Amino acid sequence: MKRVYLDHAATTPVDPEVADAMARVLRETHGNPSSIYAEGRAARELVDHAREEVAAVLGAQPSEIVFTSGGTEADNLALRGVMQARRGLGDHLVTTAIEHHAVLDTAKDLESHGRARLTVVPVDRDGRVDPAAIAAAIEPKTTLVSVMHANNEIGTIQPIAEIGAICRERGVKLHSDAVQSVGALDFDVSRIPVDLVSVNAHKFYGPKGVGALYVRRGTRLATIQTGGGQEKGRRTGTENVAGIVGLGVALRVAAERRATESARQAALRDRIIDGVLARVPDAVLTGHRTERLPNNASFCFPGTQGESLIVALDLAGFAASSGSACTSGDTEPSHVLLALGLERHVAQGSLRLTVGRATTDADVDALLAALPPIVARLREAAAVSV
Amino acid sequence: MSGQVFVALSGGVDSSVAAALLLERGEDVVGVWMRLVPGGADTDAPRCCGTDEAGEDARRAAATLGIPFYALDYADVFGRQVVDRFVDAYASGETPNPCVSCNHHVKFDALLRDVVAKFGGTRLATGHYARVADAPDGTRRLLRARDAAKDQSYALYMLGQRELRRTLFPIGDLVNKTETRAIAARFGLPTAAKAESMDICFVASDYRDLVRGRAPRAFDAGPVERVDGSVVGRHAGIGGLTVGQRSGTGVATGERLYVLRLEPERSAAVVGTREEITRTTYELRDVSFTRDAPRGNSFETSAVLRYRGTPLAAAVEVIADGAILRLAAPALVAPGQAVVFYEGDEVVGGGIVRAGSPG
Repeated sequence: MKRVYLDHAATTPVDPEVADAMARVLRETHGNPSSIYAEGRAARELVDHAREEVAAVLGAQPSEIVFTSGGTEADNLALRGVMQARRGLGDHLVTTAIEHHAVLDTAKDLESHGRARLTVVPVDRDGRVDPAAIAAAIEPKTTLVSVMHANNEIGTIQPIAEIGAICRERGVKLHSDAVQSVGALDFDVSRIPVDLVSVNAHKFYGPKGVGALYVRRGTRLATIQTGGGQEKGRRTGTENVAGIVGLGVALRVAAERRATESARQAALRDRIIDGVLARVPDAVLTGHRTERLPNNASFCFPGTQGESLIVALDLAGFAASSGSACTSGDTEPSHVLLALGLERHVAQGSLRLTVGRATTDADVDALLAALPPIVARLREAAAVSV
Repeated sequence: MSGQVFVALSGGVDSSVAAALLLERGEDVVGVWMRLVPGGADTDAPRCCGTDEAGEDARRAAATLGIPFYALDYADVFGRQVVDRFVDAYASGETPNPCVSCNHHVKFDALLRDVVAKFGGTRLATGHYARVADAPDGTRRLLRARDAAKDQSYALYMLGQRELRRTLFPIGDLVNKTETRAIAARFGLPTAAKAESMDICFVASDYRDLVRGRAPRAFDAGPVERVDGSVVGRHAGIGGLTVGQRSGTGVATGERLYVLRLEPERSAAVVGTREEITRTTYELRDVSFTRDAPRGNSFETSAVLRYRGTPLAAAVEVIADGAILRLAAPALVAPGQAVVFYEGDEVVGGGIVRAGSPG
């Protein structure tokens, strides 16, 4: 059976150019970037080059890029590192109700260990954070605000520049988890007043297990693990050289293709949104209609269960997800959907379809043919079992 | 019947082999595993097929066979229909049969319904040792497994035609467990040397701890009495007693006494001699028949009173809300236990011994 992959928000296939570059590193460069001899210098040069590529795309300086093991570590480093570095000066952390667990659970962990007082700002029905609500949440002792750029489940894009302007004016650092958006959207830190940005390679056709944290010069950051002092002591541990090279190439390729790919994917996304809303009775679009990621179409189908939708679609040849890939398998409705004000029984029937570089109009046609009868069947089954 | 067969994988060898045999027959097989305890729950019940650890074994078996695999959550229905019923039974002086509840309400109700209605599957297969055969009249018959020592048909008596039409027991035809393990080894299944699951799969050590935690009143101490009302001792709670078990009392008189009846409303245990506790007549509730209807309102049968029990000659009379079982010779079966009617190797039906009977 031909498979149709519609879960690019979970992860993306590695770009062939990325895979080639990584394979070359694995075969040809075995040195440790910390070693001073030739083999070490060769590895160091690859890491430096990748750092330049990443910095160029983000509008940053290479020295402002810290490589990590992925988005989760970047988020942990940003929150824990900033709160720790500014201990004694401030203890208040502001975030939003729709953050990824890597941010939300880290913030709650800091709170439960007495390392932060936490304010969680709500969102509107479209999943948008009101910049005025962030402004209202900031206190004299606020150290850090963390607001994601685009949501992983519903795709809503936040007014991050406005929020950044408020934070700057109030003298508060702003972190943004941009794991879902970097690669797909232009995110230039020379224009957006943001101090820390989390990035994850496998969301833009790079390898899994490598990410980066942008740290604006002058932002104090404590290390959260101790060891050999790599990455200028900000993220210690021998560098994942092949992964870092892969991240650099992947981000450069994504930036080169962004304009054409984003427009192409947005057209596919809109076909899915319009087609599903027209063909599936009582379908609810989740997230903002226009201010959303170009590849994200997400819905709730009241009377269904997300888990059943995913199984039925898989058996029909489609890879999709019910909200976040990290929490699939849970029967608890997503915290993001509940934060939109959706009722639990509606939120339980969630489906996220995310297109990518390989997605075609024919794939969308196939989906629009397959999905309505699946939803109808699941609703019928649920009605019988009550 | 064509279409996809869903196999309920437990993580154990039997269900893995069931899936392997179906694949070998050319069936389109999908593996499902049922999470029966809440996700991440800290259970050390080592034999439970519904823990995440068992799910990992099931997933590996599916991967070895190269079939699709889904972990589906049935913790809610299992909690209500198996665990709650189990606790309630002990708290009310009955002896529950969790395997029967699980087959009845979880595997062959919730799961089978989802397989057919939600996922478009045509049949459900499990790793039970039993057989289903097509009869000339178009009905499906539930039969004992070929290997009598492994037969599990007793715990499947509640299946009717609706379920049996969509049910497969691929390992019911195997000669013995050695053959099952040999097939597992042939397919390279990683479950080939795994321990077998046991009766109360969801309890780690002592079931009484579970009952005590959930229904503390069942552990109020109370009197141990003879049939004539004379008090012969004290017990630590009816939740820890089972009808038919040897009673610690009566040592002084040299009599062997057994629990005859439990009366939860006054926390009393009534004990008696073997002659006093066995009887020939029992009332059954929740009676069902595998061919959906009984042969007649009264019929002769071989009654099995416990898992792998000896068939006993009996007559069954179907009444409005159950049946009366009349055994040819006195025997003991506790309230809450299943009595299954056999005719030769065929399971005809069965029911649950009603509380207050024997009385």
